[in-house]
Amino acid sequence: MNNFLQYCFGGSALGARYALVALGFVVIHRATGVINFAQGSIVALGAYFTFNAHQTWGLPFVVAVGIAVLGAAAVGVLIERFILRRMAGEPVFSVIMLTIGLLFVIDQVVTMVWGQDAQNLGDPWGIDTVTAGEIVMAVEDLWSIGLAFAVVAAFFVFFHYSGTGLAMRAVAIDEEAAMARGISVRRVVAVAWGISGAVAAIAGVTLASGPAALRPSVGLIALAAFPAMILGGLDSPFGAVVGGFIIGITQTLTAGYQPTHASWLGEDFQAVTPYVVMIVILMLRPYGLFGTKEVERL
Amino acid sequence: MTAILRGRDSANRAMLRDHLDTTALWRTGWRRAGLVIGLLVYIVAPLYLSDFQLTVVDYAGIAAIGAIGLNVLTGYTGQISLGHGFFLGAGAYTAAYVGGELDLPLPLWLATAALAGALVGAVIGPFALRLRGSYLAIITLGLVFIGQHVFENWDSVTGGLNGLAVTAPVELGPVDFAELDVAGHAFTRNGGYFYLIWGLVALVALLVKNLMRSRLGRAFQAVRDRDSAAAVMGVRLARTKVMSFVVSSSLAAVAGALYGSYQRFVNPDEFGLFLSIRYVAMIVIGGVATIYGPVLGALFITAVPHVIDAWSDRIPGVATQPGESGITVFALNQALFGVLIVGFLLFEPRGLAAVWARVKTYFQSWPFSY
Repeated sequence: MNNFLQYCFGGSALGARYALVALGFVVIHRATGVINFAQGSIVALGAYFTFNAHQTWGLPFVVAVGIAVLGAAAVGVLIERFILRRMAGEPVFSVIMLTIGLLFVIDQVVTMVWGQDAQNLGDPWGIDTVTAGEIVMAVEDLWSIGLAFAVVAAFFVFFHYSGTGLAMRAVAIDEEAAMARGISVRRVVAVAWGISGAVAAIAGVTLASGPAALRPSVGLIALAAFPAMILGGLDSPFGAVVGGFIIGITQTLTAGYQPTHASWLGEDFQAVTPYVVMIVILMLRPYGLFGTKEVERL
Repeated sequence: MTAILRGRDSANRAMLRDHLDTTALWRTGWRRAGLVIGLLVYIVAPLYLSDFQLTVVDYAGIAAIGAIGLNVLTGYTGQISLGHGFFLGAGAYTAAYVGGELDLPLPLWLATAALAGALVGAVIGPFALRLRGSYLAIITLGLVFIGQHVFENWDSVTGGLNGLAVTAPVELGPVDFAELDVAGHAFTRNGGYFYLIWGLVALVALLVKNLMRSRLGRAFQAVRDRDSAAAVMGVRLARTKVMSFVVSSSLAAVAGALYGSYQRFVNPDEFGLFLSIRYVAMIVIGGVATIYGPVLGALFITAVPHVIDAWSDRIPGVATQPGESGITVFALNQALFGVLIVGFLLFEPRGLAAVWARVKTYFQSWPFSY
């Protein structure tokens, strides 16, 4: 039982990180209908910005994270302004490929600037743990879960009460109608990319915290965040968080129980569980758990 | 005046005169001449290319078969797939098992690989019935990871993480492509394979070209252009989409089988997401929904890393020795790969095929520039 709870906690912490990455996808998808495959590399970029500001420039950690959030947001806005905007009206396939191309470029830039070696992000959480009952909880895991909830709460407030947030929802529902009401679609899309970059930086910090956890490959986790996003539905921030937690908990439970109970599934099966869960759920609900069904017009 | 007449003249030759003209494959004299030149190049190329160049061209030919396959699915039917690497892997492992373990002859292991690919495609295809666009892209991405897991763990067939030696025979009747000997001239293994691979490229290209002129091929394109409209016209969506997956994945499996046999070794690492992305890049850079586009793209994507490698000591800022400052050749290749995809999509979304078409139109309509 204690093992089970421990796995569930570990899974929630992992799920919170998936959720943070998935939230970045969702914001862009809601506003523009694009899936940004380069999100993972912006996650890595955000983590390295924090590293640079904290370790190289010696700024306090919180300030460093703030700089990283702003920096990653700026990168998001620049990508939209100079590259994605030119792809308006192109088929989904081309846009997906374009973001994959960006992924390769940004990944190599990160490696070029900061090198291949694993680094310490220098987060204040380190390897501290808190014990509640029999469960040992790492402080960085608690922070990840807290940050995921904080971000989704901020999203809720932003989308429901701020003018820009409402405009963004309007654009997501009907771009032309929103334009006719005087909403600047360009601005909304730029803001979406900015927010996505900012969330990516936070995700990057939670992923790279801990000893020697900052590597150029830190963004690869974005690939496992795809199932989280798909599971919740591509356009639902709440769904992204639920999807993240489902995927994270399933993954740690599989890692905990599969080797002894279903060893015929092979070694390291937990690495593919997110995709298995995703395929099963999509077969039952093609638009995810909370996604809106596409209306087919003839 | 003569210039204008000559312009008219060449335009006339391309004019359609009756129904047969619209269905002819090699309609104009130019095309027939091109066919003859292509055939000549095919025959003499292994005599003039160096062994290293032949390796590159051979790998490019294998990639061309796979890319033509992906183009059927993505270019002609409009279904996005990032799962092509898995289909290639399925073919490669089938070849390793049927050609190597069971020691069946070349036509049989190629056919079995194609069949295995078709089966896998038929299983995956139905997913496309419920999912579109981005959802389909991500589910096929999941497929690659699951497939790789199977390749790594099904030890008794795939050899697991250690990979598997492929000893499939490449003899067709009395001709052994691995030790080709024609009239006293002994070809290298790469030279022999060149004939096999590029012969198959031509065959596959002809096959797909003809398929696209058939009822099924037109159904593919109707589904791509608007699936609901196609359904209204009487195209059976389910059957058409699944067929597209079947054709595409069986061609991918043939490419995978050739790849395994040519490389003499298969390794589960190779059939991952990156391979899928490479194939998508080939059709994007070559030109979607054309026959020669994927071939150009395959040549281009395969050749670029080798060109970079050969010239790396002349490119400033590239480290060729360990410990030297600058970026590695690998990093440069990866970054360049990304830049090429982004550049082509932004500036030439129809790919190399569009460049070729533009050059052709320029000369056809000369001296008029429009």
